[in-house]
Amino acid sequence: MSEKKYIDIEFSQLDSERMRLFMGPQHPSTHGVLQLEVELDGEIVTDLIPHIGYLHRCFEKHAENMTYPQIIPYIDRLDYISSMNNELPYVMGLEKMLDIQVSEKVEYIRVIFSELNRIANHQIAIATFGLDSGAFTPFLYYFRDREMILTIFEKASGGRLLYNYFWVGGLAADVHPTFKEDITEAIRIIRDTNAEILNLLLKNKIFIDRTANVGILPADIAISYGVTGPILRASGIPLDLRKAEPYSIYERFDFDIPVGNGEVGTVGDCWDRNIVRFREMEESCKIIEQALKTFPSQGDVRENVPKRIRLPKGEIYCKAENPKGELGFYIISDGKDKPERVKVRAPSFVNLSALPEMSRGYMFADLVMILGSVDIVLGEVDR
Amino acid sequence: MEEANFVFNMIGENWIAFAIISLLPMIFLLAYALIAILGELKISAFIQERLGPMRTGPWGIIQPVAEVVKLLQKEDITPDSANKPLFNLAPFIMFAASYAGFAVIPFSSYFVPSGINLGLFFLLAVGSLGIIGLLMGGWASNNKYSLLGGLRAVAQIVSYEIPAAMVILTIAVMAGSLDLQEIIRQQSGWFWNWFVFGGSGGWIKIIFLPFSFIMCIIYIIASLAETNRTPFDIPEGESELVAGYHTEYSGMKFAMFFFAEYANMFIVSAIITIIFFGGWNSPFGDFMGGPIWGVFWFVSKAFVFVFLQIWLRWTLPRLRVDQLMYVSWKVLLPFSFVCFLALSLLVMLK
Repeated sequence: MSEKKYIDIEFSQLDSERMRLFMGPQHPSTHGVLQLEVELDGEIVTDLIPHIGYLHRCFEKHAENMTYPQIIPYIDRLDYISSMNNELPYVMGLEKMLDIQVSEKVEYIRVIFSELNRIANHQIAIATFGLDSGAFTPFLYYFRDREMILTIFEKASGGRLLYNYFWVGGLAADVHPTFKEDITEAIRIIRDTNAEILNLLLKNKIFIDRTANVGILPADIAISYGVTGPILRASGIPLDLRKAEPYSIYERFDFDIPVGNGEVGTVGDCWDRNIVRFREMEESCKIIEQALKTFPSQGDVRENVPKRIRLPKGEIYCKAENPKGELGFYIISDGKDKPERVKVRAPSFVNLSALPEMSRGYMFADLVMILGSVDIVLGEVDR
Repeated sequence: MEEANFVFNMIGENWIAFAIISLLPMIFLLAYALIAILGELKISAFIQERLGPMRTGPWGIIQPVAEVVKLLQKEDITPDSANKPLFNLAPFIMFAASYAGFAVIPFSSYFVPSGINLGLFFLLAVGSLGIIGLLMGGWASNNKYSLLGGLRAVAQIVSYEIPAAMVILTIAVMAGSLDLQEIIRQQSGWFWNWFVFGGSGGWIKIIFLPFSFIMCIIYIIASLAETNRTPFDIPEGESELVAGYHTEYSGMKFAMFFFAEYANMFIVSAIITIIFFGGWNSPFGDFMGGPIWGVFWFVSKAFVFVFLQIWLRWTLPRLRVDQLMYVSWKVLLPFSFVCFLALSLLVMLK
């Protein structure tokens, strides 16, 4: 009689061969030239390393060799989806250093255009997220509407994507005479489309199945990674610089901060991040409507623009709530007309750092959704 | 039963007749592919509030021809590290499998390329042959995305064969035959004789109406999965797998995959038409009946389902691979068993 053999197999220790997949930089859904080194166990993502730098344009070094107003066009190119918002913290910081008080009208136009650009940014974020999930049609609906916002910007600044519109001490040009009517019409259409997208995409059963409980980012991890913007708010923390540290004239307007509450899944999942963006569009519409009511139509927008900008010696950190999160510029001046150092705190870069934390343990198809829900722009990540 | 093939009646059973019979579906398929590609372009444009192609010909109607010419001109690339025989063979196997399905599709009461009496079973058999082409293409490309796409395609199609087979089994029970012509003949008369409305018979079938409806919907969902169309286009889901199993294919070999996909779309639409919607029968009794009108009715009914597939593609997001399996094994399969039992009961009562 042979001895009875017991064969114990611990299935969790049966390690299958892991596959290393380099996703990008030429991949349809890395939202630009991002490379993700993904380690897959079957279809499960076990590890992930984002490799960045394919779009590095030496912005910070470049800025040291240019005068302060010359930097503004380069700032447009950081997050090229929301150029207006990018310019705002930079010019606000310089105005504070130079002690320039801009006129009421300039402040109103800045707020209105920033909010319009926020809507345009969130439209692209939700549209491309829909594209990642396989829904092609909402993408084109949103791009159709975004054209109207771009036309409004074009009428004011001449540019459709990169504006160079907010100048230190004022604006590049006054708004178009039909500015108010254009915006009222645009908001009406934006709301119509949003109602449609809510039914077509965000409340779609398949879409909810794909996004609910996927890519959960708990609030404590979000804070420890320094994540800001809609992603942080989707994790349930109502931090919005427009309310927390009001700049420009934001404290005059009445608006809410949408936070993720896990309606269809868990707080901080992909669906929450999208619904937060979706609701922020409505809040932006509310701000614009309030601003249009009290809009001062008289005044010159270039009266306070200084002829030559020479900053006093010193340093400043100026920040604003960009559509993607907190965008900050840390400017060191040595008293010349060129900055000694400019450092950008780019929200996309910081938010991207939380991606491995969000995507470990989910499937490869979910990784695409999680990356889409972070809403990065590689121009800002790499600078 | 008279000879159900007009070509044999006209020129007798010789090799010319066989050649004509095997080429006729190809001619139809080419014409259909052009119409379907244009339909895809124009319907998606309509859904997305675009114009679609407008430059090639009036309203862009010869755009599909231009696309075919473009694909013919493209360089035919075979990757260095690919397994060349398998890589080159895969698209043709895929297409041959879809074309084989046309052998038993009855276009009219007087034309079916091959009148074998196992038509329904034959369709099921050759329908799963195309999987081999997918897997070959995905594996031979030596690309990780292609491999993932090929594996997913096989897992998906094999899973969805089962609910589809349950539906076909039910139809076989209801019709008592596997011969497609016989199945269609049993649904003749007005449209309430179609199997989607429980087939011909007394008023008792009204009780079983929900079951036959559910059967029809199960088959439509399963067929979407078998043709890899949205919401089940996971094997080629471009957001994660670039283009799935045909990532490395270009030029004419890509066109063959593309062509096979469109042929498959027609095959499943034809099967839905045959087993649920009366095939070449007119919906209104003898109104516009007969073999010539039969072709019209058959093709128009099938095109409705081709349109349905295009419509869904441009409306719905994509499922994830595990959710797809969930739908197949935990939703469609139990429902199809229940409906199978219920409809078998109906056959007993009739």
